[in-house]
Amino acid sequence: MQNPDQTKKRADGAPSPLVGEGNRLSVPQHLRVHIHGWLLLLPAAVLLVAFTYYPAVRTIFDSLFSTPRGVRGAVFVGMDNYAAMLADPVFVRALVNNFVYAACVIPLTIALALSMALWVDGRIAGRPFLRLSFFTPTVLPMIAVANIWLFFYAPGYGLLDQILGLFGFSAHNWLGDQHTALACLIAVAIWKDAGFFMIFYLAALQQISPQLAEAAALEGASRWYFFRRVTFPLLMPTTLFVLVNAIINSFRLVDHIVVMTQGGPDNATALLLFYIYEVGFKFWDTAYAATLTVVLLTLLAVFALGQFLILDRRIHYQ
Amino acid sequence: MTFTKQWFTAIVTSGTAGTGGLGGRRKLKSLAGSMRCTTWAARENAVSQISVVDVSKYWGATRAVDGVSFAADAGSLLVLLGPSGCGKSTTLRLIAGLEQVSGGRIFIGGADVTALPPAKRRIAMVFQSYALFPHLTVAENILFGLKVRKVAAAERDRRLERVAALLGLERLLARKPAQLSGGQQQRVALGRAIIAETPVCLMDEPLSNLDAQLRAEMRREIRSIQQKLGITMVYVTHDQSEAMSMADRVVLMREGKVEQAAAPDDMYARPATVFAARFIGTPPMNILPAAPDIAAADQVLMGVRPEHVMLGHDIGMPLRVRGVEFFGADTVVTCAYGEATLTARVPGKATLSAGSAIRVHWRPEDLHFFDAASGRRRDDVMTLAIGDAKQFVHAGLA
Ligand SMILES: Nc1ncnc2c1ncn2[C@@H]1O[C@H](COP(=O)(O)OP(=O)(O)OP(=O)(O)O)[C@@H](O)[C@H]1O
Ligand SMILES: [Mg+2]
Repeated sequence: MQNPDQTKKRADGAPSPLVGEGNRLSVPQHLRVHIHGWLLLLPAAVLLVAFTYYPAVRTIFDSLFSTPRGVRGAVFVGMDNYAAMLADPVFVRALVNNFVYAACVIPLTIALALSMALWVDGRIAGRPFLRLSFFTPTVLPMIAVANIWLFFYAPGYGLLDQILGLFGFSAHNWLGDQHTALACLIAVAIWKDAGFFMIFYLAALQQISPQLAEAAALEGASRWYFFRRVTFPLLMPTTLFVLVNAIINSFRLVDHIVVMTQGGPDNATALLLFYIYEVGFKFWDTAYAATLTVVLLTLLAVFALGQFLILDRRIHYQ
Repeated sequence: MTFTKQWFTAIVTSGTAGTGGLGGRRKLKSLAGSMRCTTWAARENAVSQISVVDVSKYWGATRAVDGVSFAADAGSLLVLLGPSGCGKSTTLRLIAGLEQVSGGRIFIGGADVTALPPAKRRIAMVFQSYALFPHLTVAENILFGLKVRKVAAAERDRRLERVAALLGLERLLARKPAQLSGGQQQRVALGRAIIAETPVCLMDEPLSNLDAQLRAEMRREIRSIQQKLGITMVYVTHDQSEAMSMADRVVLMREGKVEQAAAPDDMYARPATVFAARFIGTPPMNILPAAPDIAAADQVLMGVRPEHVMLGHDIGMPLRVRGVEFFGADTVVTCAYGEATLTARVPGKATLSAGSAIRVHWRPEDLHFFDAASGRRRDDVMTLAIGDAKQFVHAGLA
């Protein structure tokens, strides 16, 4: 709410000192100020254009053409790629999988991160040790993590089966079963990201003055009431940030799938980005991969916009 | 021995100055009492009194509060005063129940609350940093406690209207704390405390974040609200002028212990120790080696307030001026007094400069005596005669 006010003030009010000076200076000098400014922006702008905007625009462009094969160059095909996509059962499967995956991972990760942060923020013994152990999964490389979990899930001798064996369950091929494979990936993702997001929550919690809790305690507010009415609203900026990151993470997951399931069994764990990778770099159908990428980018853009437009208005920033 | 002036004759220092002041205080309190009849606290008057009995709080080896006892009358304002780190905040937090006592008992309204949680003690508190909820509007902040206690909406609105009118917050109710000035935030914190209509209110340095002018204004405002509503208030400050101007009773603390508990005028007129003497009043009281003609001069220290030191050219002991500070209404003159320094506060602008020779004197009844070893006040010391300047010259002080 404050930001638009400020910009408005600047727009309506007196011109900024830089512009004011520019008016007084002769034209070449006025220009020099602008050139100076643009030159300072140039390195960042070049990188952004080269690696973000140009590829994005080029992807949209490519998605309207056919894949060049051998002597046959790319031909403009209009929306044909998109029509083919809608008829592609693997794409639909990947899309559904991805939504299921996101719908499980995001709320669970955030809830777990927040709970851990609240717990670690409290007065408990061995706090530094707990903080470190919660954060460790984040520090480990993705591939190493996936390999560790591969062992956990291994049928028969894996950790999970060994533990369940103690209770009399028979061995199960967790990653090889259509019904459990996606859940296994979800568990890994939650385990990996919760510690990372916890750090943000912890930092935000420590920004909240302990006197607020004392003031509420004097009024007789229960801990749950205080959390609901004070802590949680004050953590909303962090939650928004974490939410954006969690959504992006869940739509760009590929490493774990490559190591653990290769999208199988029967595409049960194929997610969007993994499917794009397969189409683009295994089947070399670059135009179709571009089409899929446009869908992914659009999805992410819609999510991000929605979050900032809808949630931002209801969030209190300090 | 020549007696040049009458007020240099020997007197027995006694607390006569204090009694007149006490009478004045009684009058003020009865006025406050009559105003109180119309307020909610009238119902609670008989019981809304705080007493702290031999309370201690230790953190490992630190004795933050060490055997402190005092009591606040119903409807009075008690100030906890002392230098930084003397245990004022800790004492207040013990009364609020935000800390657990290591020893002793706390009574509020006659009931032993030592083991009760904060919410059960029927108190309100204003924190130094106000502790306003930054995401809630002024109205929501003020109503927070009533909503917790599920007070009916109609009653909430009625009380909010009344508190907002009392504090002049009517037009700020929809704002967030960040959109308020320091003084307005302070008023919101005050509003949150008084809307609870608890008979006891605790305040921890509520004005320390404000500028000097606003501080003086808020000081008067808090005092008048406290009197109007008949709240029993415990107010923490390290500013002696705030304590003197607001309090019915001042509890001066030092290193976790009570140094002196008295009405402000009493404390000014009869400080119990050298520490109390120097803590109350600006600039602090001059503490000097006793003049040689005083009984047991080697065992006592002599104190005289700067405002009681009179400057002249004809009478008193000759001293040399070291420095002159002009403050507008008065001037503080620093003189060399043997090894020590003597400050004098004189009205108006003094036409003196460093190096000038002047003479100083004071009335014998303005002298205070303290035991040199313990620092405690001694009322048994008799000045035989503080004669003319010759004696000071004789004592090598000039
Ligand atoms: N939680 C704590 N743990 C250990 N020591 C503490 C704690 N809180 C206060 N103390 C110590 O207790 C003593 C009294 O602290 P307190 O906060 O009551 O001082 P104060 O009189 O309010 O000072 P100030 O005017 O600076 O606020 C200090 O020496 C302080 O270091
Ligand atoms: Mg304090």
